[in-house]
Amino acid sequence: MRKLVLAVSMLAFASSAVMADPIAQRQAIMKANGKALKSIAAIAKGEKPFDAEFVLAALKTLNEEAQQIDVAALFPQGSETGGDTTASPKIWKDMPGFQKAVDKFKADTAAAVAAAPADVGALKAEFGKVSQNCGSCHESFRLKKG
Amino acid sequence: MGIVARLASGAVALCAVGGATFWFLTAPVRLEPEELAGLGTGDAAKGERIFWAGGCASCHARPNAEGDAKLELAGGLELKTPFGTFVAPNISQDENDGIGAWSAEDFANAVIRGVSPSGQHLYPAFPYTSYARMKPADVADLYVFMKTLPAVSGKTPDHSLSFPFNIRRGVGLWKRLYLTTEPVVTLDEAAPEPAMLGRYLVEGPGHCGECHTPREFSGAARASQWLAGATAAEGDGIVPNITSGEGGIGGWSEDDIANYLETGFTPDYDSVGGSMVEVQKNMARLTAEDRAAIAAYLKAVPPHPNGFPPRKTQQAVTE
Repeated sequence: MRKLVLAVSMLAFASSAVMADPIAQRQAIMKANGKALKSIAAIAKGEKPFDAEFVLAALKTLNEEAQQIDVAALFPQGSETGGDTTASPKIWKDMPGFQKAVDKFKADTAAAVAAAPADVGALKAEFGKVSQNCGSCHESFRLKKG
Repeated sequence: MGIVARLASGAVALCAVGGATFWFLTAPVRLEPEELAGLGTGDAAKGERIFWAGGCASCHARPNAEGDAKLELAGGLELKTPFGTFVAPNISQDENDGIGAWSAEDFANAVIRGVSPSGQHLYPAFPYTSYARMKPADVADLYVFMKTLPAVSGKTPDHSLSFPFNIRRGVGLWKRLYLTTEPVVTLDEAAPEPAMLGRYLVEGPGHCGECHTPREFSGAARASQWLAGATAAEGDGIVPNITSGEGGIGGWSEDDIANYLETGFTPDYDSVGGSMVEVQKNMARLTAEDRAAIAAYLKAVPPHPNGFPPRKTQQAVTE
């Protein structure tokens, strides 16, 4: 029992340690998103041969990362500044708008996985739908800083 | 005549001379007949390219317009700057509220000289300081293309500027100092064709330097830090350094730059953001040749370190 309590409290501690740095965590997710997209970008452009298995794996990775974007946990009050965050203050001024943008991104990545593109044309369509979320969200909710 | 009276009349004379000088120095300067002759008859298809290169819709369509609504140039976007708030006017083909009644000459005087049909100075929030470098024939093409766009009624509110910026005539002095048709960057005579075309697109219609170059206190672009990035004119944040200097895009290849302009993704697959989102969508409508030309030019411009101050480390402040 004692061990269990210890284990549980360790776990709680571990997760709180992760949560203590939401800025680093959300940045890691964004980086992973970029990496997953990059891995299939050349295929979507027709510059590399189409590989259905590889494409689906990348889309799944992207979707798993996207689903981890928990707005409340990753963008809590107090994480507006700090580290090298480039999150815009507009996130906290317009939480519902930000949540909506995140939800749309999650829905689009899930739909891309469900679509399981079988050829370059299908990938192009899904890639386009997913990737336009990047710019439209960053247009309002990211702020370039020096 | 007593000394006071003499002094007073002297002061009046001085003021009159000063006033006359101000009036003379600030007079709007229109295009000369030989420049107007270069307009030609215009070609709407070619004008569409200039329309997107010039980013007209980004300020003059209604804020957040998408798709075909971007061609309804009703205006209304507010630019909140240290000088006050500028409101992008209606430049649709409406004869009363827009520019439907303007002649090609009126249009050219506005775009490349910043002078309205009634002879008033326009504010350089309308980037004629860049458009001044445009070829008159391109302006004529743009005019003919815009003639094909819809008329939208509704006047936009006036700008709301603080003194002394609210005195339009003063813009004349500013133009004397800063309005030039000369290129910013001197390229070698033997510079490849794409770099020359890129210079035209970036320095002229694309007006990239308006945001990517730091400004003097007067509001003029600082040529010694051309495209080095700048503190954003509106609100917080910065506009990135797009030279090859430290902090800039020296690590990007020409293909990387062209791909960014087409897709909105950096080489690391970070995405376009902020007001560049609209610009990038415009760039995506250009031809691959035009985007490659812009890339070639950006690789050829003199490298500068960042034109904005490094950010304060937030942690040092809070910890």
